[in-house]
Amino acid sequence: MTRGSGPRARAPRCNQNSGTQVTDTPMTTLETERTLLARLRAWYSAEDANPTKRVQFDRPLTPWLFVLPQLAVVAIFFYWPSVQAVTSSFYIEDPFGFGSTFVGMENYGDAVTSSQYRDTALFTAFFCVVVTALSLGLGLLLAVKADKVIRGTETYKTLLISVYAIAPPVAGLMGMMFFDMHMGPIKDLFALFGHDLRVGIDYWDTAIALITISVWKQIPYNFIFFLSGLQSVPVPVREAALIDARSGWRRFRDVILPLLAPTAFFLLIINITYTMFDTFPIIDVIVKDKPANNPMTLVYKVYLDGFKGNDIGGSSAQSVILMVVVAALTVLQFRFLERRVHYG
Amino acid sequence: MAGLSLQGVGKTYSGNVDAVTGVEIEIADGEFIVLVGPSGCGKSTLLRMVAGLETVTRGEIRIGDRVVNRLDPADRDIAMVFQNYALYPHMSVRDNMAYGLKNRGESRAVIDERVAEAARMLELGPYLDRKPRALSGGQRQRVAMGRAIVRQPAAFLFDEPLSNLDAKLRVSMRGEIRRLQRRLGTTSLYVTHDQLEAMTLADRLVVLNGGRVEQIGAPLEVYRSPASTFVAGFIGSPAMNLLDARVEGGRVVLEDQAIGGAELPEGPVTLGLRPEDLRLVQAGGLALRLDYVEELGAQRILHGFVGGQPLSVAEAGAAPLSDVVRVAVREDRLHLFETRSGHRIERAGLAAMEPAE
Repeated sequence: MTRGSGPRARAPRCNQNSGTQVTDTPMTTLETERTLLARLRAWYSAEDANPTKRVQFDRPLTPWLFVLPQLAVVAIFFYWPSVQAVTSSFYIEDPFGFGSTFVGMENYGDAVTSSQYRDTALFTAFFCVVVTALSLGLGLLLAVKADKVIRGTETYKTLLISVYAIAPPVAGLMGMMFFDMHMGPIKDLFALFGHDLRVGIDYWDTAIALITISVWKQIPYNFIFFLSGLQSVPVPVREAALIDARSGWRRFRDVILPLLAPTAFFLLIINITYTMFDTFPIIDVIVKDKPANNPMTLVYKVYLDGFKGNDIGGSSAQSVILMVVVAALTVLQFRFLERRVHYG
Repeated sequence: MAGLSLQGVGKTYSGNVDAVTGVEIEIADGEFIVLVGPSGCGKSTLLRMVAGLETVTRGEIRIGDRVVNRLDPADRDIAMVFQNYALYPHMSVRDNMAYGLKNRGESRAVIDERVAEAARMLELGPYLDRKPRALSGGQRQRVAMGRAIVRQPAAFLFDEPLSNLDAKLRVSMRGEIRRLQRRLGTTSLYVTHDQLEAMTLADRLVVLNGGRVEQIGAPLEVYRSPASTFVAGFIGSPAMNLLDARVEGGRVVLEDQAIGGAELPEGPVTLGLRPEDLRLVQAGGLALRLDYVEELGAQRILHGFVGGQPLSVAEAGAAPLSDVVRVAVREDRLHLFETRSGHRIERAGLAAMEPAE
């Protein structure tokens, strides 16, 4: 609506301007000036010959200006490094930066055939499934329970969400203290059950710590989305279900859950990305400088090989593989899962 | 199928807000009862208490001979039609109707048969496999009705089911609801704020105001002898004129003009005059100073003042009007109310008027 009225609203002012010019400017100059001015103005405000084609913006450059920062961010922090990664994955870099040799697919071959890489990949898959399942499940459970709370809802919600405000490295550090070999309360808890928890030394003990901290960190995020999803289920629909089904579980399974599916699908993709990439700081805090063979995800191995092992080519190849796998995974999810999602 | 009985039913929300107080209604099996009143009068709360969607603070609700106060909505043997349809958006029309039956463990054959029957009754056959979002408002409302019908409940509860539809559709759906209810003979409780809908649908009206029952009665009974100024002003369109008058020497006097007899003690009364009971006359009657005229086609409504008090007249004529017209009042159509309490004052002669109509 406003876009239509904009140029028209300016029109009278333009007439006023030329009106004042009549007094001290010769007629001819005025004519040329007016056409020039009109053309400039037309270009400036994109008043082209076909007014139906004119979209949201009055000036042709404005939309580009708006997109520019985003485009710049994407170009500088995604496209450029991606191109760099793909290029350097075909080279073996001298550890001291004295040059590089083109080796073709050799880096990829090395990565795929390495048993260490395969173990890390397997652990990453395991880690991904467990963390996603647990954080989605617990987030949903808490959201369902919080949705039923009537008194003190705000306090309850804030308490649950506040964990999300903790930066991952801090979460890692806090987790580290809980799991500490000398003073951690969780170690004492495990000791009660007769298990000597040795995070950073025993492979699976470390895995337990990684999973626990990663899940803990991600629950609030899932909780917020599930809660808002639950609260957007129309009250009359819930009430209709109340009349149609006595069992609360059935109502949840048949009515609420299908209506939550879009939220759940979105969260699934976000959570997989989270476990793949964003758990890096947590892993870093837990396994850094630990001597033993500790579990880690592919991202952390990329970092370790590239920056600790100075194998830029190999780590680039790994990161390209990772990128392809995650992209493929996302495409698969959209193709096979989204079909079963009902959007309102 | 069963009757419905509400005894001393009340609802108090936290913070001592009384939404509904002391409601007593006995509903016979198969009766169509309409709860009507302005918004906030507690009619929806009352309906929701019957449905089990609100707890009952006081009193007792019976469906058939079961006290249902503490029963789950699913166990009350009722079906509800909501204002905004409340269909399950992810289920097809068929599944929407079948869901309640499935949960009650009905066999596949029974479910299919009942859904088919309801679909036939409501002309929903071609839409059974569609999702609600692919249906129009009227069709959705019919699906909601179908969902209620297939349950074959003891009572239907309608919560303003037509208020989301456009005016024309509302009128035709109104007829459809009435026909269906007659045919199925299911006890129905229907909530609306629309007095026209209430009048046309109800076997008996329950007029609510501020959480209390003002009057219960057949539509014409309520129209002809409203129990209070509130009912008088709410039922009937255009609304009844309520004027300040006095009783002097056995006559009702409005603006210094005697307009009818009344065996009442002297003092102020509220005089009720239905616009459609007033007639324009050449001479005599009350002088009405015209303010404006609403032309409705079949009739026109004249708004004006008698003395300082507003008065409207509904009449079918089309003759040009002068600034001041004369209005005659039929003495047997006067309504009198106590000025202080608003209660109706029954007059000799008023009761005699009813059979004459």
